[in-house]
Amino acid sequence: MTMQDTKQQQYQDTQWQADERGKWGRFGGRYVPETLMPALDELTEAYANLGRDSEFKAELDRLCAEYVGRPTPLYHAARLSEYAGGAQIYLKREDLAHTGAHKINNALGQGLLAKRMGKTRIIAETGAGQHGVASATVCAMLGLPCIVYMGEEDVERQKLNVFRMRLLGAEVRPVGSGTRTLKDAINEAIRDWVTNVADTFYLIGSVVGPHPYPTMVRDFQSVIGREARAQMLERVGRLPDAIVACVGGGSNAMGIFHPFVRDYDVRLVGVEAGGEGVVTGRHAATLVAGSFGILHGASMYLLQDDDGQVTGTHSVSAGLDYPGVGPEHSYLKETGRAQYTSVTDTEALEAFELLCRTEGIIPALETAHAVAEAVKQARTMVPEQTVLVSLSGRGDKDLGTIVGREEAQGSL
Amino acid sequence: MSGITRAFERARTEGRAAVIPYVMAGYPDLEGAVEVTLALERGGADILEVGMPFSDPLADGPTIQRAATASLAAGTTVASCLGTAGRIREQSSIPLVLMGYYNPVHRYGVEWFCRDAASAGVEGLILPDLPPEEAAEVREVAHGQGIDLIFLLAPTSTEARIEQAARVAGGFVYCVSLTGVTGARASVATGLDEFVGRVRRHTNLPLAVGFGISRPEHARQVARVADGVVVASALIDLIDRTEKSERLNKVEGYIRSLRDGARKEPGAPVSAGGVELEPADDRLG
Repeated sequence: MTMQDTKQQQYQDTQWQADERGKWGRFGGRYVPETLMPALDELTEAYANLGRDSEFKAELDRLCAEYVGRPTPLYHAARLSEYAGGAQIYLKREDLAHTGAHKINNALGQGLLAKRMGKTRIIAETGAGQHGVASATVCAMLGLPCIVYMGEEDVERQKLNVFRMRLLGAEVRPVGSGTRTLKDAINEAIRDWVTNVADTFYLIGSVVGPHPYPTMVRDFQSVIGREARAQMLERVGRLPDAIVACVGGGSNAMGIFHPFVRDYDVRLVGVEAGGEGVVTGRHAATLVAGSFGILHGASMYLLQDDDGQVTGTHSVSAGLDYPGVGPEHSYLKETGRAQYTSVTDTEALEAFELLCRTEGIIPALETAHAVAEAVKQARTMVPEQTVLVSLSGRGDKDLGTIVGREEAQGSL
Repeated sequence: MSGITRAFERARTEGRAAVIPYVMAGYPDLEGAVEVTLALERGGADILEVGMPFSDPLADGPTIQRAATASLAAGTTVASCLGTAGRIREQSSIPLVLMGYYNPVHRYGVEWFCRDAASAGVEGLILPDLPPEEAAEVREVAHGQGIDLIFLLAPTSTEARIEQAARVAGGFVYCVSLTGVTGARASVATGLDEFVGRVRRHTNLPLAVGFGISRPEHARQVARVADGVVVASALIDLIDRTEKSERLNKVEGYIRSLRDGARKEPGAPVSAGGVELEPADDRLG
């Protein structure tokens, strides 16, 4: 019996889809104030109608091609593979999408939906600023006003993206409450939505939040995995042996994993931010070290203390610095379909430099976590095998952080 | 008849809406919260909401966020909130309702939480991020301990959602006066009468109105259509800006003024104790 057959048997009753309440097993659902519940019903219905809407699909496909630059290339990283000395590493180049990250796939889909629903005001949250930039970009293109909530700490460490958002016509509202990072930006965006729910569309940037967001964001991001699957079959003649992607909320990972979820021979590996090391407590490795909880409208794995208070996180990359994680990832972990691991700040910074030097590609610090893990995975494999990496974003936005660290260490 | 029901009944017979103030456990400090409570009771509060702080209070405006942050920083836990409820119960017979977010309750364990809350003398529970769809388990466990799970309805709630909440609601229905987060506002939201009227058509439970209420004239407006008025942020603001030595007197006086404001004008529709009371017209012939 092959591994595929064993897994087929193990998962024969698993649907891999959320139920009508937006739950994968015990994860997901809707834990939000009553004020928002009708708006979530409205959104669920509008999103379901898109499935029958060939006009919407044609418009999304056209903009994906003409505006975003899809399909993004699949690149065989020969020198990185040689460095690792094992499996062949392939990079799915989301860094080459318009605005420099995968975030645009989802922002475009939700932006078009908002327009279709007649919403006249868009709000978004952002951590690293990539989703904020993608939202601001799409809103400029669609002629919609855009307000982006961003933690004060992130405003500081992602100055360039703040400038980009303002240049694109968005209003950036720094959030000073709580830990002053992504989780607090989401709280503030939800408060705005509660207040302005009639005319406002909340453009969530990851596979988190109340139903239908985790499903909807995953679907818009699944273009990554659909393209990569076809590209691997065409170029290599078979599916990859492993897929590696970084996980904060988890949208790029869900996007590349989803079209492979029934291909049980393909190992799915999510990489969380290990920060200064999971044992130090200063990290953002939710699936590795968290426990069941409820945050931002869904049940999921959560970093929390014994009293159910959400704990502060740490990562060198603002985009992974989040104490929750998508409910579908929580389910993939619980069912064993995907494995989740963590990479420290130091390992990510080394991988950042490694990809620059071996392939001439400057990755985002978030993405560098996936690169670090991909090298580790490839080392344990043979040259006939392949590892597919979601190269989720480019690193121009992180140069300030890199320069700051190198100056602090006196190496510049 | 529960203490909550009795409190609404008594307010109704006195021709006014019940006054329901909110205190945050551990705020201004562990002992201060209990003292404020007793002052509220002296001022004529009918039911007391005891808030349990959470790190991510997404339904709350700046005032309650600030109080929650301070309370958590001072070491408040779910267990100490239950302890505060118990301390209040030892010194007062005012009906107690706990209000907080779902995650800390879940983490504590729903069964343990409801059991410990019941032994602390708590009669009601409000979890603003637990809508009826997700609430079945908590409701059943709470009910088993004699605790009512109190649901919120909002101006955006559809008829179907109002009906759904009315089917499962216990104690009273918490009507959110406005589309927004908690926090004192200058005036009562327009459309309140219509909204409360819509809820009234689906339930005989008492209706309390909260969010944005701060002044006696607000209480008067609410009392025209509803059975209770909740005040939270305005009370915390008052505690914050008052010298410690003056605090309890000011709090007592403030609640008394709200209670005076909450007098019903004759002829307004009221309900309590499961009996729908129409204005004295001859509609039924």
